[in-house]
This record gives sequence, structure tokens and C-alpha cells, in this order.
Amino acid sequence: MNTVTLTVKNAPELFLECENVNTDAFAGKKADQIAKLGAFQGKEITTLGDYFTITGEAGATAADTKIVINGDCTKMKYIGAKMTAGEVVVNSACDMYTGSWMKGGKLVVNGDVHSFCGLAMAGGEFTINGNAGNYLGAAYRGDWRGMSGGVLRVKGNAGSDVATFMTGGEMIIEGNVDIHLGTHMEGGKIILKGNANRRVGGQLVKGEIYVFGSINVMMPGYKPVRDVELEVDGTKAKFTEYLGDLGERHPKRKGETVYGHLYMKQ
Amino acid sequence: MSEYIIKNGHVFDPVQGIKGDKKDIAVKDGKIVESVGSGAKVIDASGKTVMAGALEIHAHVAGPKVNAGRWYRPEDKHFDSHKKPGITRIEGGKSIPTVFKTGYEYARMGFTFAMEAAMPPLYARHVHEEIHDTPIIDEAALPVFGNNWFILEYLKNQEIENTAAYIAWVLRQTKGYGVKVVNPGGTEAWAWGLNCLTIHDPVPYFEITPAEIVTGLMAANEYLGLPHSMHIHQNDLGNPGNYKTTIDTLKLAEGVKPKNNFGREQVMHSTHIQFHSYKGTNWGDFESGAKEVMEYVNRQKNLTIDTGNVTLDETTTMTADGPFEHHLHGLNHLKWINVDVELETAAGVVPFIYDPDNAVFASQWAVGLEIPLYAKDPMRCFITTDHPNAGPFTRYPRVYAWLMSQKYRNERLNTFKKADKVIGATNLSGLDREITLYELAQMTRAGPARALGLMKDYGGLKPGMNADIAIYNINPDKFPSDGLAIEKAFANVACLFKDGKICVQEGKIADMGHKKTFWVDAKVKENKQVAHDIKEKFLRYYSINENNYSVPESYAPHQHIISVDATQ
Ligand SMILES: [Zn+2]
Repeated sequence: MNTVTLTVKNAPELFLECENVNTDAFAGKKADQIAKLGAFQGKEITTLGDYFTITGEAGATAADTKIVINGDCTKMKYIGAKMTAGEVVVNSACDMYTGSWMKGGKLVVNGDVHSFCGLAMAGGEFTINGNAGNYLGAAYRGDWRGMSGGVLRVKGNAGSDVATFMTGGEMIIEGNVDIHLGTHMEGGKIILKGNANRRVGGQLVKGEIYVFGSINVMMPGYKPVRDVELEVDGTKAKFTEYLGDLGERHPKRKGETVYGHLYMKQ
Repeated sequence: MSEYIIKNGHVFDPVQGIKGDKKDIAVKDGKIVESVGSGAKVIDASGKTVMAGALEIHAHVAGPKVNAGRWYRPEDKHFDSHKKPGITRIEGGKSIPTVFKTGYEYARMGFTFAMEAAMPPLYARHVHEEIHDTPIIDEAALPVFGNNWFILEYLKNQEIENTAAYIAWVLRQTKGYGVKVVNPGGTEAWAWGLNCLTIHDPVPYFEITPAEIVTGLMAANEYLGLPHSMHIHQNDLGNPGNYKTTIDTLKLAEGVKPKNNFGREQVMHSTHIQFHSYKGTNWGDFESGAKEVMEYVNRQKNLTIDTGNVTLDETTTMTADGPFEHHLHGLNHLKWINVDVELETAAGVVPFIYDPDNAVFASQWAVGLEIPLYAKDPMRCFITTDHPNAGPFTRYPRVYAWLMSQKYRNERLNTFKKADKVIGATNLSGLDREITLYELAQMTRAGPARALGLMKDYGGLKPGMNADIAIYNINPDKFPSDGLAIEKAFANVACLFKDGKICVQEGKIADMGHKKTFWVDAKVKENKQVAHDIKEKFLRYYSINENNYSVPESYAPHQHIISVDATQ
């Protein structure tokens, strides 16, 4: 695997749209070619070379390419977005859309990410070693297709509207979340190690949510059905199983109504 | 203004019957002329196809319903929002593009006119604001009448003269072009939670049937002698078995004669007929009814139709057929907007994905292609996607390619996941016709121009007509065998003249042109009854004052008024 290292030399004045900072865009390119890749700053088309010192060269394909980014990326959007393979490591906090529409490969952010990251993620591994903002792994604004595959892990806290319209994959939040976790969820798995504020699983059709801490105010559409012993993300514990959201439409399979499941650690 | 001579192109012009012969076209002062001086700029069109600018007869491109789609579907423009180099603004949106993108994209494909197919009179100002901001192409808008309380009351008593006087008043107030009808009676019934699925279902309270509404509006349209005919989106859209209602509606035109000074020959334009050509009783036993519907259309000369081709894309449906949008929302559970427009009409919006893996959507695609392939008279059958309902208008090049290449459409047909079911339910696999460039010019230029009452200036290349000219990178002597190559050529003109000015060159926008808004001013005898009724309805029911209803000239500063006189 070949490594390309990007080091921030000029901070963008506005926000920089790094739609070309991913393994797929870099694949097969040398440092000077990567420097010529476009990046919008506001309405102006600039190049990556205007902001980064670029060393190394990419592999022939995305899968053979690793990108390491150093310096302050807090005003950079779309890093690792739409990547299909390979690896990206960012040693900074990042702005919106980081890891969004990711289909494969590994993305690690050693810092916080802003809102709207991991949107509609479909595959791969996305690890945030800091906190995440709102709409993590949700659908894009207006869209009804959220995270559908892959593993998204946040070591810290996440904001509100996390995993809205999730249909598949797995999301682990090791800290706390604010309101609206898994709204409109229709598949997939959320593991929340900390606490949630309110409205967990509102209008959830299908899927599973595990909560290790507490929920400040429980949705009225959830009904406790039984106690279960489970191993969740390496932790063995007893959980109370709820069915829900009883206020939402639910599909039928083999004549039986399929509900969503919420598990509260006892 | 500059003079041009377009040399050595293969010209396709149904107005003059030119079928690909090499001919020079001279342009002066915005018009096509017999000849120009030696100083004229020469445009070399050798090895290229030259046609008049195309006319869009039915699309939803401006106004509150389109804009509702834009604001509630940010996801439609997220991946499709770019600033191209040059004089253009940012172009956003795929199925519901911004006004700027709308103008640019039509022009890039060789269009010079577009008809906004459904203007709610109460919100006409919004429609005109968007039309004004849409560059390059000329436009007009059809106000909707099929569920309007005035119309329902007048036609219940068969008062054609009052109906006509009211239509004339609305056209003047809204700067409208003609008479649009959407799900006659059914949209008003929707306000009662009901619908009209046949032409004999009575409208609640008003006790009038769709058949009476359609018949009355055709009569009023001809009474006024408008340039365009009554333009109808029929009852029972999109349901299996609806082809019978479709033919029932078309039959209402039997014996009705066109009366106008514009050369228009039809009295009814039936739009997006693909959605109205289904047999069967449910989606399980669904079959194409295109053959039956087109057999009738081919026989009945005072009808025109447009296709409404499904393009197999993710798109946004939007129509004044409120109950139908509710029905769609029930099928796909996606977000739904519903609006009631006081005394006049309603609207609904729902995103829609025509997934090719789904046998029903793939069959709708096939039905849409069957319609023009069955059409005996290309001057009466026009290609549309009912943008954005069956697909975005930017897919026209692909629709043309499917129609012009049997190989290309069969590749698509035979690779559907449910190909056997689709082939069994439709007739497309048995159709070997390939639409020619001349027929395409009839279906997209001369035909719609005549149906819209614009044949004096649009749709042809005869001296005296507007110098709206599209030159395509297509050599008819070496017509591309590859469908993608056909698409590419129609998506980006080599050159587009609009009113004698070059507005597009090799797919790049070169000039914003001088777009005009067309509307029809119909003079009628003074009608005290209608004047009284208007005053009364505004006092009693409308949420706004009558004086705030009309569209001031400042909303359409580049207006082109077509006058008709119905006082004789
Ligand atoms: Zn329409």
C-alpha cells in the first residue's frame, strides 16, 4: 500500500470542499497530479496544492492507497466522502460530510467531526476518536436513505438526530447523544454506551437500538416485553427488551408483524 | 443585428418538406430569410443535422408546485449542483432544476420554447417570476380550469358564453396562454376526500360530470378561437384498466371542429397519454393499452397527444391531480405535499423512483415508447416526459435514442430483471419501427408548433420564420448505430440560434438571448353576469382582494401578446 501525506500549509479563508480528498480520487496519481485536483472555496475553483504540501504517491487503485492528513482541517468538508476502499487517517478535527456516502475502506479521524458526517454511509469502517455533531450517519437533508452498511464508531459524544433513516449497518456511540436517535429507522443496529436525552427510536419501523445508560424521557410508543441476556460490543449484560415504535407502520413477514427493538441495559 | 449563413447542413424541415437535403439557411435580424449579403458570417454545418428549435409542449418548469419540489427535496440537487466555467450561473437540481439550469439545459438540447403545463391562477405571479428568470427559451403557461368553481357552475348550466368570458378574464389576469384541465372534476372531488375515476362520476356538490366539463371547455376554447386547444390530463391517471376512460374522453372530441386563425387542427390535446394507456385490473395482470389508444388517436384527426415517457430515473412527481399524489404516497411512503388552491385547483408532490428492476415501472417505460411507435401521424404525437413526472426533461436525448434505435431499446428491454414479464405485458418487443430524423422534427418541432398555434413563427426553417435553429453533430449519412452516441449528439447542440443569435456553441452557453413570455389576450363582448360573479366570489370566498389577483406587466416585462377577437 502506498501512502500520500497531506500537510496543511495554507488554511482556507472560507470552507474548503475536499470532494477530491479520498483514495478513489487519488488512485494512480503522483503528488504533483494530486496537487492539481480541484477544490471549491466558496464559488471559486482552487486546487489541493493551494492548501496542502503533498508528498508520496498513491497506489494504482483506491485499495492500494493510504492518505494521511496533518494540520488543521476544521474548515475542510467531505474528507473521505464517497471512498470505496483504502485508508484515510486525519490527525485533526474535520468539518461537515466527512466520511459521508462512504462505501468501503477505513477512515479514522483523530479529533472531532462536525455535523452531517457519515451520511448515508453504505460500507467500510469509520472511526471518530473524538466527538461528533448532529446528523451523524443520518440521511442527507430531505433524503430518506440514511446509513445502510458498514461500521461507524464514535469514541466520544454525538449530537442530535443521529442515525436518522438508518436502514442497515452498525453504529456505536461510546459517549452520550442528545435528542432524536434513530428516528425513522428501518433496519440496522445502534449501540449507545452512554445516555440519550429524549425521543429515541421515534417512528422507528425496524432495527435495533441498545442503550447502556439511560434515556431521559422514553417515547410512549415503546412496550417492554421481556428480559434478555446479551453480549453487545464485547459487554455481557441483562437487557430489558422493548417493541416499538407502536405508533408507526410496520411490515409483515410470514403473517407476523415485524417491530423494531429497543434494549435497555439493566 | 448580424447576418449568418448556415452552409451545407442536412436540413430536416417538415414545414417545407425537406428531408435531409443539403441546404443553406440564411439568417438576418432574428428571422430566417431567402438570402443574405456576402458579409454574412458563415457557419459550416457540413456533416451535421439542421432543424428548427424544438418546442416543449408540456412540462412543469415554473411556479409554486415546482418550487415546493425544490425546497422540500434538497437531496435532488446535492449531487448535481455545479458552476460550469463561462457565463452561466450555478446549475442545481436533477429532476427539479433551478430556473437557470432549466433554461440552459433546454437550450443545450436545441429547444427554444417551453410550455409550463399547469399554472394555478391564484399563484400566477410566482409562475411568471420564475419564467422571467429562466434564460434563453421563450415560455408560456397554461392556467388550470378543470376544477374551478366558476367553470363548474357555468358548465352545469351549459353556459358556454359565460365560460368563455371567464376564461378570457383569467387569461388576461394571469397572462395565461390557454385552457388546461387536470383530472376534470376529480381534483375538486378530492377536497371532499373523493375522486372522479370515469368521465361519468359526478363531482360532489356541483353535480356535474368530467364529460360535461371537458365538452364545455372544448366548446369555450373554440368559441374564443384560442391558439392552443383545450389541453387535458385525463381522469384515472396511472391505474390499470384506465385505457377505456382514456378513449371515452378522446371520443368527446368527435364532431367538434377547430375554429381559429392559427392553423391549429386539433380541439383536444391529451397529455402524457402513456399514463392513461393501461389494461388489466391490477398491477399483477397489468398490460399495455397503447395499441388500442393509438388506434383511436390515429383515426381521430382532431386530436393531438404527447407521450409522457418514463425514463427509469429517480424523479419528483407533481401535479394538480391531488388525489393521485396521495395515492402515490400510499404506494412508496415517501414525503408528500398537498396544497389546496382555494376555488381553483390543488396540487400534490411526491418523490418517485422508477426502478428498472420493478416490472410495473419497466412496463410503463415500454408503454411510453409504444405510443410514438404506433403513431401514424407524427405531426399529432409529441415527445414529452411530463417533466418531472415520468422523468426529467434532460433525458430527451435518451428517449430519442430509444425511439430511433431498435437495437438500443431492445438492449434495455431484454436486460430488465423481470424482462419476461415486461415483454409479456407490453407490445414493444414486436415493434421494429425506428423514428427517423424527419419524424423527430415533426414530433418535436413542426407538430407541437402547430398544436400550440405558433406555426407562423416556430417549428420550421421557412423564410420569414423565427431564426430559432438547432444544429446537431449528427451526420444522417452515417447515423450513429450506438445509442449512447445518439444521446450525446442530442444532449449538446453544435450550435443553437435563438432569434438569430447564437446562444449555445458545442454545448456551451454563449448568450442568454432575449426570452419572451407569451400570453393570449382574448377580446369578448362585455359580460355583466361574469363581471358580477367575479366580484361576488372575491368578496365571499377568495383570501385576497380582486385587485391583488392580476399579474402586473412588471412580472412579464418581455411579454409577447397574441390577440384573439371573439366579439364577432
Ligand atoms: Zn403534467
